[in-house]
Amino acid sequence: MSAKKKNICTIIALIALGVFLVIVEQTTTESSMMRSVLQLSAIYALAAVSMNLLNGFTGLFSLGHAGFMAIGAYVFAIITIPVSKKGNVYYLYGVNDILANVELQPVLALIIAGVVAAALAALIGAPVLRLKSDYFAIATLGFAEIVRIVVASSPLNTITNGSLGLKSIPGFGSFYFPFIVVVVCIAIIILLINSTYGRAFKAIREDEIAAEAMGINLASHKQMSFITSSFFAGISGALMAMYLGAITSTTFPITLTYNILLIVVIGGMGSVTGSIVAAFLVTFAKEWWLRFLDQEMIIGTFQVPFLRTGFRMVVFSIILMLVVLFWRKGLMGQKEFSWDGLVRTLKKIGGIFTGKNRKPSASEGGGASE
Amino acid sequence: MTTSIFLQYCLAGISIGSIYALIAIGYTMVYGILRLINFAHGDIFMMAAYFMIFAMVDHMIPWQISMVLMILATIALGVVIEKVAYKPLRTAPRMSIMISAIGVSYLLQNLATYLFSALPKQYPSIPVLNQTIWLGDVSTSIATFITPIITIAFVILLMLLIRYTKVGMAMRAVSKDFETARLMGIKINTVISVTFAIGCFLAAVGSMLYFTPRPSVFPLAGSLPGLKCFVAAVFGGIGSIPGAVLGGFVIGLSETFIKAAGYSEFSDVFTFILLIAVLMVKPTGLFGEKLMEKV
Repeated sequence: MSAKKKNICTIIALIALGVFLVIVEQTTTESSMMRSVLQLSAIYALAAVSMNLLNGFTGLFSLGHAGFMAIGAYVFAIITIPVSKKGNVYYLYGVNDILANVELQPVLALIIAGVVAAALAALIGAPVLRLKSDYFAIATLGFAEIVRIVVASSPLNTITNGSLGLKSIPGFGSFYFPFIVVVVCIAIIILLINSTYGRAFKAIREDEIAAEAMGINLASHKQMSFITSSFFAGISGALMAMYLGAITSTTFPITLTYNILLIVVIGGMGSVTGSIVAAFLVTFAKEWWLRFLDQEMIIGTFQVPFLRTGFRMVVFSIILMLVVLFWRKGLMGQKEFSWDGLVRTLKKIGGIFTGKNRKPSASEGGGASE
Repeated sequence: MTTSIFLQYCLAGISIGSIYALIAIGYTMVYGILRLINFAHGDIFMMAAYFMIFAMVDHMIPWQISMVLMILATIALGVVIEKVAYKPLRTAPRMSIMISAIGVSYLLQNLATYLFSALPKQYPSIPVLNQTIWLGDVSTSIATFITPIITIAFVILLMLLIRYTKVGMAMRAVSKDFETARLMGIKINTVISVTFAIGCFLAAVGSMLYFTPRPSVFPLAGSLPGLKCFVAAVFGGIGSIPGAVLGGFVIGLSETFIKAAGYSEFSDVFTFILLIAVLMVKPTGLFGEKLMEKV
């Protein structure tokens, strides 16, 4: 396929996605499943890509993502709750004087949410990034827990409303809002990954000592990756707050980090397109397609075994385990989506059905496009 | 604060600290051998509590037998997890095996939610452990009083096992150098299984002592104690058993006194700040051995 043809294909695909969104917007109602799951998937896609920047591209295994999302969400909520509704939200503790008249535009607030998350990342990054792999993971996990406890603690009652959480957070307004924000953010991340900094990140992932020998400043690059990742995690947290409309500290448990990690692993550590595809697949499966697993089902007089509340999540965790154990590369491995790869995969799949080309390579199965 | 209240807090702190120590040993031993943070350990501890409920409440088995069954089931669970989730990844990068451990933890939490529902369940009361006794003018339950004794007894047994038996020697060899130990004819897989079995045994005992004085068990009940015990293991120097015990006591005591001082919201914050501080100042912990980075 020539470069020109590929560009045309890409443009057509993007237009098709855009048209798809417009169709969804036109044909579905405000409360439809399709809409909300699409929006949630987009938010998870941003969270997953920002985690992938750190875990997949820089090789720093962080488990603090939920913490940064919580910061983003809280900052966003605190500065955007309409002044008229503040009395209602902070009915128990009263609102802090400084915040009483603060009500910012959502876009500005999103950026501030990201900046605050990034600032905290910069603050803890300096000491924490000195740690090696699993110690780093556990330290960031600890940090996320600290964030969760602190935002719900009583000294911050007039700011975060303590354990009651915040509500009346303004929604998206337009259906397209989260998609635009997510696309812009992911585009920035892709530009960063394709820049010299991105190549330095990958070098650090492959071999820290070799990277250092090539003149890469480990400390500053790790710091940069950590701060950028946290910035976008903060924005995705803020989007989550807009999506949910109400947040408490329990909205961002460790399990949220695990959920995002699951998306990153299924999509492939070190593949942006993999994370995006996996975010949509996983979220759709979890929130919609596999819902039936949670309901008891009776066909005729036969009660289908196992189906009851909670089974969906068990199935999910088993899928994660299978991916981790047997399909370690995930959907994409470290590769990105390309039209050549898609054509090759389609041919391979076609070969399986028509019985042609049945070489040992067909046993690879899966849709690992390059 | 009068002396008797102070002593009461001390006793409570030592008691909870020794439970942390029991669990921390599981982390530290596994880390010493596999270089893996077994994220699932806290959830194994939680599952042990559910096994006890399953045996005693659902099947009315007397507590002595339930206890034995619960310990056996927990050990089986731990060994199976190792065989299924960690063994196939032995040559994989460390990140993969850590993700696998997280996956197991996630699976166990969801499995517990599915099998036993997310609603908190009451832990069966073991009459012998719930009696109140008076030590001078300090009142306490038997569970609180005997926990440190049981812990210290097990730790001494474990140290003897590691120092004087063949398995113990094999464990020391494996944690020193995996490959060389294998070349010397040590059956790595057996040693790892034994390590997991010991860790899970201690977690099962810890679980019984932990949940007896507490009201309820829920699927996420293991994750926070699990993290705290990991902090205890890091504090004492990961790979070192006396270190884990000391770490457990330090965290248990400081937590109790922070709660006593009226800052109960922040007791967990303290634990994690302690973790980060220890990692900053002395990453190998108090008794940890220094690891050299190989190029």
